[in-house]
Amino acid sequence: MPTSQSTAGAHVSARGWSWRYGSRSRPTFRILDLDIDPGERVLLLGASGSGKSTLVAGLAGVLGEDEGHESGQLLIDGQPSRHSRGRVGLVLQDPENQVILHRVGDDVAFGCENLGVPQAEIWQRVRAALAAVGLNHALDHSTAELSGGQKQRLALAGVLAMRPGLIILDEPTANLDPDGVREIRDAVEAVALESGATLLIVEHRVDVWWDLVTRVIVLDSDGNILRDGAPASVLEGTRERLTEAGIWLPYSVARDSVARDSVTSAPAFASARTLAPLLEGSTLAVGRKTAGPAAAEDIAIRVNQAEVHAIVGPNGSGKSTLALTLAGLLPPVSGSVRASTELTANARGRHPIEWRSRELLTRIGMVFQSPEHQFLTGSVREELLVGPRALQRRGSRFRRSKEFSHDEEDFRLRIDELLDRLHLAHLAEAHPFTLSGGEKRRLSVATALATAPRVLILDEPTFGQDARTWAELVALFSELRDEGHAIVTVTHDERLVAALANFRTTLTAPATNTTANTTANAHPDGRGDANGNGDTGIRPVEATR
Amino acid sequence: MSGATATSPLARVNPLAKFLVAAVIGLVLLFSLDWVSAAIALGLELMLLPFVGLAPRVLWRMLAPIVIAAPFAGISTLLYGRPGGDLLWQAGPWHITTDSVNLAIAITLRVLAIGLPGIVLFATTDPTDLADALAQLWRLPSRFVIGALAAVRMVSLMADDWRLLSLARRARGIADGQGPLAAITRLFSQGFALLVLSVRRGSVLATAMEARAFGGETPRTWARTTVFGPRDFLFVGAGVFLAAVAVTAAVVTGEWNFLVS
Repeated sequence: MPTSQSTAGAHVSARGWSWRYGSRSRPTFRILDLDIDPGERVLLLGASGSGKSTLVAGLAGVLGEDEGHESGQLLIDGQPSRHSRGRVGLVLQDPENQVILHRVGDDVAFGCENLGVPQAEIWQRVRAALAAVGLNHALDHSTAELSGGQKQRLALAGVLAMRPGLIILDEPTANLDPDGVREIRDAVEAVALESGATLLIVEHRVDVWWDLVTRVIVLDSDGNILRDGAPASVLEGTRERLTEAGIWLPYSVARDSVARDSVTSAPAFASARTLAPLLEGSTLAVGRKTAGPAAAEDIAIRVNQAEVHAIVGPNGSGKSTLALTLAGLLPPVSGSVRASTELTANARGRHPIEWRSRELLTRIGMVFQSPEHQFLTGSVREELLVGPRALQRRGSRFRRSKEFSHDEEDFRLRIDELLDRLHLAHLAEAHPFTLSGGEKRRLSVATALATAPRVLILDEPTFGQDARTWAELVALFSELRDEGHAIVTVTHDERLVAALANFRTTLTAPATNTTANTTANAHPDGRGDANGNGDTGIRPVEATR
Repeated sequence: MSGATATSPLARVNPLAKFLVAAVIGLVLLFSLDWVSAAIALGLELMLLPFVGLAPRVLWRMLAPIVIAAPFAGISTLLYGRPGGDLLWQAGPWHITTDSVNLAIAITLRVLAIGLPGIVLFATTDPTDLADALAQLWRLPSRFVIGALAAVRMVSLMADDWRLLSLARRARGIADGQGPLAAITRLFSQGFALLVLSVRRGSVLATAMEARAFGGETPRTWARTTVFGPRDFLFVGAGVFLAAVAVTAAVVTGEWNFLVS
């Protein structure tokens, strides 16, 4: 290391701080008093909407004075946080939206330039910071070619090069696969130990950080401090309260996780065995562009009713592309996706990609990784009416199909039911873009369910969800499965796979020869094996147990 | 700038020198509408093209748009240009005269002679280097230059967003309407959705930049010093020389016609 990274850790304090966003009637924080000593490593927990991100933005000095009403003070080493630029470094959740420049070295140097660091010293700091986070790329390497985990480490390096006294990480792993999570976790550990900076981490995945932090602060939904103490003792006697608030507990504490309790009943295996698959992909190669290179090749997959099929594998292995192809949205690069006669009914062909947009609605529903891409209207209720109305449109050839002959009154009932079921009723008139991350996800699932598709395809449905939303989603998916829906889910979430999936298709990293491997999922109760036996019939089936 | 263009010797020329050369050639050729100056300029440019160090395939992909577009500019001049000289062909509203033939050739050559250096020089320029040069040499405000630079990076994300939006609309059951009106309506609403998404991405990026002390009161330093060295003066000189040769040839042959008088 050419130069030492060490800086004195910053002292952080909140003095009677309150904040209310201009558009809300309730304050996010009423009166917050808090002290964090230099060098402490703090994990900040709280349910969705408890104001963690607001506090973090306030400490980083990026909370706009015009965005809301503030009283009291947030202080970094006794200075108001707004005037402490450079003393506080912030790493955000989404790796895509925080890469600033085109080349690795330039991006890391950006903060130093803004702080007026002399040129010669900038490059020393850049090299040291890149080494500390373990990014060994050339300085002129393109930032666009980095993986999600590498982009997060790049952001951390950019922060580190500023030599901040306080490093804040706002859900840094929410968009990463397990490898990426490990990368950023190790980098943060190295950085914290070496720099001595005070560390504040906001995260749902508490397991990742539990051993690294020295203190845990839990916020309740009104922004009050619920618990504050060392990791070993902080959760004593409050397990139920924390679970209720939707806060993830580390595996070690939550022996029988919320997940297990919420799975209401087991899949209906007996019937599933006798039925033909609803969708079947064979010798399938998938890619974003038909002419372009395939993201994954040689895939065989069967989607059965009343079963949950998980698609797993590292980032970039083509999971989302496979999901979009199965959903009839992308044409296969080669091979085919065929629908059963039952699923096809009177649609335009056997291949979902040939179907009309409206014909997809009752057959295959797709929930995208980012809900924002799917929203079309100005309110939650309108959003749910889009699908049913499209089916109902007059003057189209689809009317005679009578596959969906409900009238407007039926829609309303169905949609009210969906709003209740997904805990969105109180938000019925809200604009979809103003919802929290968890609410957006539930809404995008609800929009797909509004037209009751036989097959539901989900891309990372549990990303960044708090424990309560997670449990609710799992319960919902298991109900849908038991009603006979086929569910396909792309996921990194091992808890989700363990709780729900009968089958898993594993895609391998893009560098290696990409092959898919379908296995029966080892279900906790062991029934996955029995069911998988010979049933996929595609590839030698190995039970994972 | 992709890997294919990064190795070009042009990538080492200061972006402002390249900008000046493209500007000089472009401006000079806009002053006259004769075919001699355009032909000479284009001829010299083509002679220099093998030395820019780009593979023919890469060059073709870069230049295909103007190579295809230039003849169209010529053909419309041929058919609709002001008639003059001998009438060569007539049909309905179209008449081709010797004047319009001359003008058509001049226009085609001119589009190529102006477009070729512009495209090649721009394609071999790294946006970061351009931003450095604009801020350090021309003293453009760094907030503006860096902001624009960060925005350029978002353009590739917009292309991905657009594709995903199209797929999402098909999944939501609203992508069926046929006919041009339905297509335009869809395009418009999808364009609006893209705008909303981009603004949201932009505001996150702005927060990330602000969190790295961008826009503070401290005077900014530069990690990369942009140098306008002898090589760059030489390069600008060569560009001026090329333009001068083209103009002189046109004046000597009597073809030069000053458009601005």
